[in-house]
Amino acid sequence: MMEPGLYHLLVIGAVLFFTGIYGFFTRRNMISMLMSIELMLNSVNINFIAFNKYLWPDTLGGTFFTVFVIAIAAAEAAVALAIIINLYRSHSSINVEVAEEMKF
Amino acid sequence: MNTTNILLIPLLPLLSFVLLGLFGKSFFKTKAGLVGCSLMLVSFIIAVVTASSYFFSTGLQNGQYQQLKPFLMPWLKFANGLVIEMGLLIDPLSMIMIFVVTFISLMVHIFSLSYMKGEERFHVYYAFLGLFTFSMLGLVLSSNIFQIYIFWELVGVSSFLLIGFFYQKSSALAAAKKAFIVTRFADLGFLIGILLLSAQAGTLDFLELISKFTTPGDTLSSALGTTFLGFSLLSWGLALVFMGAAGKSAMFPLHIWLPDAMEGPTPVSALIHAATMVVAGVFLVARLYPVYAFSGAGFVHFIDDIGAFTALFAAVIACTQTDIKRVLAYSTISQIGFMMFALGQVPADLGAVHLGYTASIFHLFTHAIFKALLFLGAGAVIHYVHSNEMKDMGGLRKKMPVTHAMFLLACLAIAGVPPFAGFFSKEEILLAAWENNPTIFWMALITSGLTAFYMFRLYFSIFWNKEHDGHHHEKEGDIFLLAPLVILGIGTVVAGFVPFSHLVSSDRKPFETELHLQFSIAPVAVGLIGILLASWMYRKHSAIPENLARNMGGFYKAAKNKFYIDEVWLGFTKGVLFNLIAKPAAWVDRNIVDGMVKATGSGMEWISYRIKGLQSGKVQQYGLFFLFGIIIIVSVYLFKNVPWR
Amino acid sequence: MNLILIILIPLLTGLAILGLNEKHARTAALAGAIMQVVIAIGLYLAFTQERSIGNVFPILFEQQYQWFPALGFSFHIGVDGISVAMILLTAFVVIAGVLVSWNMEKMKKEFFFFLTLLGFGAYGFFVSLDLMVMFFFLEIAVIPKYLFISIWGSGNKDYSANKLALMLMGGSALILVALMGMYFSMPPELRTFDMVKLAEMNIPFSLQRWVFPLIFTGFGVFTAMFPFHTWVPDGHSSAPTAGSMFLAGISMKLGGYGCLRAATYLFPEGAHEYSGIIIVLASIAIIYGAFATMMQKDLKYINAYSSVSHCGFVLLGIGMLTKTAITGAVFQMVSHGLMTALFFAIIGMVYERTHTRMVADMGGLLKVMPFIITTLYIAGFASLGLPGLSGFVAEMTVFVGSWENQTFFHRAATVIACASIVVTAVYILRAVGQVSMGPLKYSSDQKDDARWNEKWAAVILIAGILIMGLAPFWLNDLVSPGVEVITNKLAGK
Repeated sequence: MMEPGLYHLLVIGAVLFFTGIYGFFTRRNMISMLMSIELMLNSVNINFIAFNKYLWPDTLGGTFFTVFVIAIAAAEAAVALAIIINLYRSHSSINVEVAEEMKF
Repeated sequence: MNTTNILLIPLLPLLSFVLLGLFGKSFFKTKAGLVGCSLMLVSFIIAVVTASSYFFSTGLQNGQYQQLKPFLMPWLKFANGLVIEMGLLIDPLSMIMIFVVTFISLMVHIFSLSYMKGEERFHVYYAFLGLFTFSMLGLVLSSNIFQIYIFWELVGVSSFLLIGFFYQKSSALAAAKKAFIVTRFADLGFLIGILLLSAQAGTLDFLELISKFTTPGDTLSSALGTTFLGFSLLSWGLALVFMGAAGKSAMFPLHIWLPDAMEGPTPVSALIHAATMVVAGVFLVARLYPVYAFSGAGFVHFIDDIGAFTALFAAVIACTQTDIKRVLAYSTISQIGFMMFALGQVPADLGAVHLGYTASIFHLFTHAIFKALLFLGAGAVIHYVHSNEMKDMGGLRKKMPVTHAMFLLACLAIAGVPPFAGFFSKEEILLAAWENNPTIFWMALITSGLTAFYMFRLYFSIFWNKEHDGHHHEKEGDIFLLAPLVILGIGTVVAGFVPFSHLVSSDRKPFETELHLQFSIAPVAVGLIGILLASWMYRKHSAIPENLARNMGGFYKAAKNKFYIDEVWLGFTKGVLFNLIAKPAAWVDRNIVDGMVKATGSGMEWISYRIKGLQSGKVQQYGLFFLFGIIIIVSVYLFKNVPWR
Repeated sequence: MNLILIILIPLLTGLAILGLNEKHARTAALAGAIMQVVIAIGLYLAFTQERSIGNVFPILFEQQYQWFPALGFSFHIGVDGISVAMILLTAFVVIAGVLVSWNMEKMKKEFFFFLTLLGFGAYGFFVSLDLMVMFFFLEIAVIPKYLFISIWGSGNKDYSANKLALMLMGGSALILVALMGMYFSMPPELRTFDMVKLAEMNIPFSLQRWVFPLIFTGFGVFTAMFPFHTWVPDGHSSAPTAGSMFLAGISMKLGGYGCLRAATYLFPEGAHEYSGIIIVLASIAIIYGAFATMMQKDLKYINAYSSVSHCGFVLLGIGMLTKTAITGAVFQMVSHGLMTALFFAIIGMVYERTHTRMVADMGGLLKVMPFIITTLYIAGFASLGLPGLSGFVAEMTVFVGSWENQTFFHRAATVIACASIVVTAVYILRAVGQVSMGPLKYSSDQKDDARWNEKWAAVILIAGILIMGLAPFWLNDLVSPGVEVITNKLAGK
């Protein structure tokens, strides 16, 4: 059994990130899109933790940032959900393609 | 001679203009005429005193009249050394002119007291007369070629204002515009001529200009040596200046404005369009006479031809007109033609006596007096019958005895019957022509016969012929109407005996002229034939004129329609200037130049239509663009150092 | 003489107008305008006083304050003869504009505020000696024009307002680009926007040859340079009376002044390089504008197109590069400012009474409004260059100056420009004659003449026109030393 190294974690982070991107662009459901965004944020968190652990083990910068990101993600989720609920009230749907009034 | 006094001559009429223009309505009302007349009278008296003291005491020194500049004020200094000065130039020519101008102007001022009585804008009329007299005096006293241009324009505008005085008549508006625009067109030539000559000579002052162009030196040789389209710059300059003169003096083909200008009040026609302003062109050529005579050899013949042709041409037209003021207008054109070609009679030997110059100014002088008399007489007639047309007149000799007598005097004078004024001056002109250019002489002789004919045609049609009875039993006119006529009548008799060659000559040295009795036979005989012919045709009402007109056919019709020159000009302005230049210019501006501006706007609009699809409202699309943007930027950043770049 | 005063008075007037109620706005504006005239005349007197005691330094009453040192611009002001002439012109036009708009009904307070603001911009522009400060004031003067047209305008006003603002802004953009380019292509230790310093420098020809056309064209748009003149007819015809007066009387002069001061003076080699093109464009504008005017039927269009033609003389004078011609260009700016403001003021008065601006619908108005029509005649005669009025002096100076150049090209251009005086006579007399003479076309034949405010507006402008026309030597003495500085620089001294 191999000890998981920095590269493994980075690969997981990258996979997670691109899964998030894929989800963000293919899903029409706004909840799913929000979840994809969370995936991307979490992949960033993984990277932070990995770099912190393997490259600068004696500092706490990465960990701090991760906590920050989690806090902001929570706030963001709250705002996003509020938007989604309002959208659902006005459009009776949470499909993004329904909400495209903001065009030319 | 006192400078202040000389300055007062033009400034008093200006004062009259300012006073009456600003306060005429509120303070003077019907007294406006008296204000104008009294200021004019003072100006006239000063002018007479000045002129006589110049001619008979101060002017003549060492056998030559002096050219003095008692007053000179720089008005506008250009950076290149040229200066427009407001100055006075005192020499025989300007002295004669101030006498003529103030005299005729005074007569017209007095005449108008009666003629214009009761007009709503009486004070404005006198204000304009003041403005005109001021400008005309400024013109003749100018010491600087640009100063003369300034006053030249001012007399033009006074003429415009006075022709259009009866502003509610559309014809007055049209005539005023025509007069102004035609002369302005000619002034364009004058202006360019001034620019050319002054740039060559490096001065605007008349005396310096003349001396530079008449004494051999660098200026003259460069002006003669530089050519443009085959003519020397000096010739161009002189020709262009002559264009201005021809416009003001109604030379063919720029004469078309003068007959129409008769729309103005008749005293105005007497002052501006007979005696003073229209001879400004002659005055200008006379002012620059040394240059024309000395260096414009080729060009002087052109002046000759234009003058003589205009004289004959206008005389023919005058024979066919029925509006009495128009007859007089064509007669004026014809007489100015005499003055003009007289100026062209430069003797081959420049040192000899320039009889033509003296004769021309002499004729200007006598013509001013008898033509003013004719116009004022015509004004009296028009005032009496309320019509300009000959057919409404006839048999007036008993009803208007004074006018009749004075009119007859003037007609005899213009016909060249001795001993009236016109005889002497015309005789001198013909003599000068005979000595220099016989062709011109024969043309002039025919013209004087025609002159006698059409003037007596006019005379007989007004005062003899068929009597119109019934509706006018009023008095002939009051003292203000008749006094100027009588004074001018006396002038017509005396003016010829002025020893003019003692006063005015091209080199300002008095010389003797003698009357060649045998030479006078032909002109006088021709004149008498004209008179007899007119008497035969028009003294009694008869069918002869109509029959003759019918037999002349096309020629008569063409002459009656002024040889269609007006139509040619109208065609030129309407057809070329309006339709071929102005209309396309306006169209191009709205459609092409502005079109480019609009096209820029609509081009922007087109582009924005094309690219607005990017703003689709689809969040995920925006995200994709964002992603690819980042990918591109990051890859540029990452790969910017790769070898193949 | 403290030049700050000149900028401060209109600014304070503007603020006072905003603070007062609707009723007193016009009084405040008039008081401010009178103060401006007093100060402008005071400035003229102080200036000539300084000159007469032998102060030959080209720029007087200089003041300099730090403004934005990091980017090298400072609030540097000062005047020479040309600026004094322009300030006098502005003061005259401002007071006439306030008087003419005395009975403005709609949004009075804002109207007079913007009127004053425009004056503020113009004064600032004419006194500034720093290109960036100059640009700043130029932009201040543009905004009120847009608002004038779009709020108080008439006819196709939105279109005109947009067109005017966009074209003028386009011109400003060119100027800004050129200024930035010039600034950053100089070595860092020399970088400055200060005109006094720039004039002492030897700006390399490679830089001049592309900065000059940009700046000249930019200001050229303001002064109706062919083919960027099409905002003039639309803008003038839609603007309210005072707006047109300011537009033609002051704003077009900003352009001429800028062409002279910012372009020709600072970049003399560029000016020599492009003078041929300028002359061609100016000649086209002069003759083509005049011919286009002949076909116009609306009085405001007539005056607007004639402004194109007349402003061509300004550019022609500058393009000829001789001292006389440039002096003539400055004369023409002053003269055109006065007479065109007068012309627009009268058109406004006539329109208010006849409710039409179409020449064909008017006639014989001399009978019912003698004062107004007499004034119209004076404006018309000034426009066609009658001696004794301002236009003659200006045009003749340009002609004489242009003729100094000996080449066929320059003389041909001069002849073309001269020819325009005939065309001008044609269209002026057609319009003025038709309006004033002939059978009366008016609702009544009772007198309906100018009111006190209109009379004063006309009298003030006519006074300016007459002073310049009868005694041009005053203006000449004021302006020509300033022009000499420019021509010396042009001559490479």
